[in-house]
Amino acid sequence: MQSQATYNYKVVRQFAIMTVVWGIVGMLVGVIVAAQLVWPELNVLEFLSFGRLRPLHTNAVIFAFGGCALFATSFYVVQRTCHTKLFAPGLAAFVFWGWQLVIVLAALTLPLGITTGKEYAELEWPIDILITVIWVAYAIVFFGTIAVRKVSHIYVANWFYGAFIIAVALLHIFNSAEWPVSLLKSYSAYAGVQDAMVQWWYGHNAVGFFLTAAFLGMMYYFVPKQADRPIFSYRLSVVHFWALIFTYMWAGPHHLHYTALPDWAQSVGMLFSLILLAPSWGGMINGIMTLSGAWHKLRTDPILKFLITSLSFYGMSTFEGPMMSVKSVNALSHYTDWTIGHVHSGALGWVAFIAIGSIYFLLPRLYGKTEMYSTKLINTHFWIATVGIVLYIASMWISGVMQGLMWRATNADGTLTYSFAEGVKASYPFWTIRFVGGTLFLVGMLIMFYNMIKTIAGEKAYNAPVVAPAAAHA
Amino acid sequence: MADFISGFWNLYVAGLVAFGLVFCLVVLIANMTARESGEPKLQGHVWDETLREYNNPLPRWWLYLFWGTVLFAIVYLVLFPGFGAHNDGKGLRAEYDAEVAKANDTYGPLFAKYQGTDLAALASDPEAVATGKRLFLTYCSQCHGSTATGARGKDYGFPNLTDNDWLYGGSPATIKESIEGGRAGVMTAFGGVLNSDQIKDVANYVRSLSGLSADSTRLARGKDVFAENCAVCHGPNGKGAASMGPDFAALGAPDLTDNVWLYSNSEASIIDGVTRGRNAGPGSVTNTMPAWKDFLGDAKVHILAAYVYSLSKK
Repeated sequence: MQSQATYNYKVVRQFAIMTVVWGIVGMLVGVIVAAQLVWPELNVLEFLSFGRLRPLHTNAVIFAFGGCALFATSFYVVQRTCHTKLFAPGLAAFVFWGWQLVIVLAALTLPLGITTGKEYAELEWPIDILITVIWVAYAIVFFGTIAVRKVSHIYVANWFYGAFIIAVALLHIFNSAEWPVSLLKSYSAYAGVQDAMVQWWYGHNAVGFFLTAAFLGMMYYFVPKQADRPIFSYRLSVVHFWALIFTYMWAGPHHLHYTALPDWAQSVGMLFSLILLAPSWGGMINGIMTLSGAWHKLRTDPILKFLITSLSFYGMSTFEGPMMSVKSVNALSHYTDWTIGHVHSGALGWVAFIAIGSIYFLLPRLYGKTEMYSTKLINTHFWIATVGIVLYIASMWISGVMQGLMWRATNADGTLTYSFAEGVKASYPFWTIRFVGGTLFLVGMLIMFYNMIKTIAGEKAYNAPVVAPAAAHA
Repeated sequence: MADFISGFWNLYVAGLVAFGLVFCLVVLIANMTARESGEPKLQGHVWDETLREYNNPLPRWWLYLFWGTVLFAIVYLVLFPGFGAHNDGKGLRAEYDAEVAKANDTYGPLFAKYQGTDLAALASDPEAVATGKRLFLTYCSQCHGSTATGARGKDYGFPNLTDNDWLYGGSPATIKESIEGGRAGVMTAFGGVLNSDQIKDVANYVRSLSGLSADSTRLARGKDVFAENCAVCHGPNGKGAASMGPDFAALGAPDLTDNVWLYSNSEASIIDGVTRGRNAGPGSVTNTMPAWKDFLGDAKVHILAAYVYSLSKK
């Protein structure tokens, strides 16, 4: 009987394919809004104007692209590392279709201007309730699978996925607490600076748990798998796991420096953001050092290139983040393009790269193959995307620092040297470079789509047999 | 104690912060194992055929980095606000007040020296005009534009300050009064008073006053509507409040015959303005110039008034 049982790859396949599809959609919207900043006349209809499309872009890349990648990999990893089939497969299917419905509803409501106005939590209350139901189903499937595992120890990747599922549930429930006034309109349960604080407690932990902890879970499976090397340090993974999930919860106030938020809250937010540096780097060290003894594989394996480069960008943006949370640095960087550059070094360099590498690993295995249709195209994708990221973040750094300096420049009599519009005008060249960088990244995704279609077209879906746990080594 | 409404919250916050720092230290200290010699050892577990773990000690530099950030936090909390109510009052508000006081000391005299000079004379002093322009770009250009030519659309009307056409009068003293106290241009919303045909008729009549194309039957009917509803503020011939004498000038009702427009001059925009009014309550268009006296002080307002006067004087 044991030999007959197979893993449930169906839901993994569905989510993996939709990761690529939503990635293309979300990044296309990103390229459109980037173009609208360079050529404002592209804001033709209110439904397709910058203000409506920007939240669609962020929601699509974070929750549609990133979300699908997390569902795909977590459902794959939890089965394989627990040596058992997915718990409650019916619920897993519900998670897939429910999540696709949420994405479609987001794509309809946001361009129509139906929004709560809270960043990364724009969706209105009926969709919030749907998300809650899906998330509970997801938790049951994930933790159910952990509960019926055939090995005593829970693999480190699952700690991170588990923390992500619990934390996102908390964040979503508290930040989306709102009073409905009609089917499509609600008001936040909080007011004023408290609303802002709850919002950024949510907002920064969406980065911390959705885009960091969960993707570290992905890293802890796919890096050692692809490198075929043991994890560098179990002890480091314990320390940085607890320190990371504990410290992230405090960091939100750094989004509200120099606002009406009380001083003590700003200070505490800044200090724990600084303390977060070492725990964040723990994951980078554990990932990159796992490769020691196998560095030569980087030369020939573009999937490993994606995974390891993602860790480099992760290390870079988790250094940059704590620095930007220092009040005096934030005084220069806040509200400028620097923030956009920082976010994208994390989102493109870390989140997208680790997800892309993992999906390249997964796709052939979900169809009973060992390799993608073309390894060469993966390599092409890697280089085009890397050039795209470098153009993107370098241009945003320069324009961000420039904007910050222009805004604070004063004449001898204390008046402003530059009007706001002069800062906008000076930003155009950099916005053009950013548009080019974003377009290159999108082109990379289209190459991935082609490679995916060639890999899976005409292939039969495959569900691998459940592997019996290995006998424990002394 | 601005932020805490009772001593409990002070203890609560300080306690949580202390717990957070202690937690980080405990996690660190509990894991400071010594470096081992020889080959790293594998942990005893295998997952999914190949997944295994070494148990290397924590890299020293990483540990010291972690220690360093926690110690920095402790020192910072001793010196600055953050630990409950400790250092309350030494925060951003105090920093801001100190910076403003310093700026006032440094820059104040640069503006105060013009205060006694007559506005008309100041408007021909190139140095004062240059200072005025810098003030204008800092405080006024957001609405009136960096060239002071204003901006107009269906929902916004920021006056052109260079065309020598004035709603409230263009004497130096009146300009200064406008900046000091602001202006709220009010027009009744006629949406509930006139029907849509009458509003369209009067819109055509108003366009014809400035020589713009208009429907001849509508403008004829509109003339009567105008006389009954609009002439009281805009004057019987539409030449604006100021044309009826100095007592009426403060109404600010514009001259409708000079083809100078505060808002867009399209038929649709005029219909919208007549229907919703200006500053006429919810749903209306805000038509307000803010008062600057308290924010800028007399010295800066004085220079700004001279600068604005200089724009239309040439």
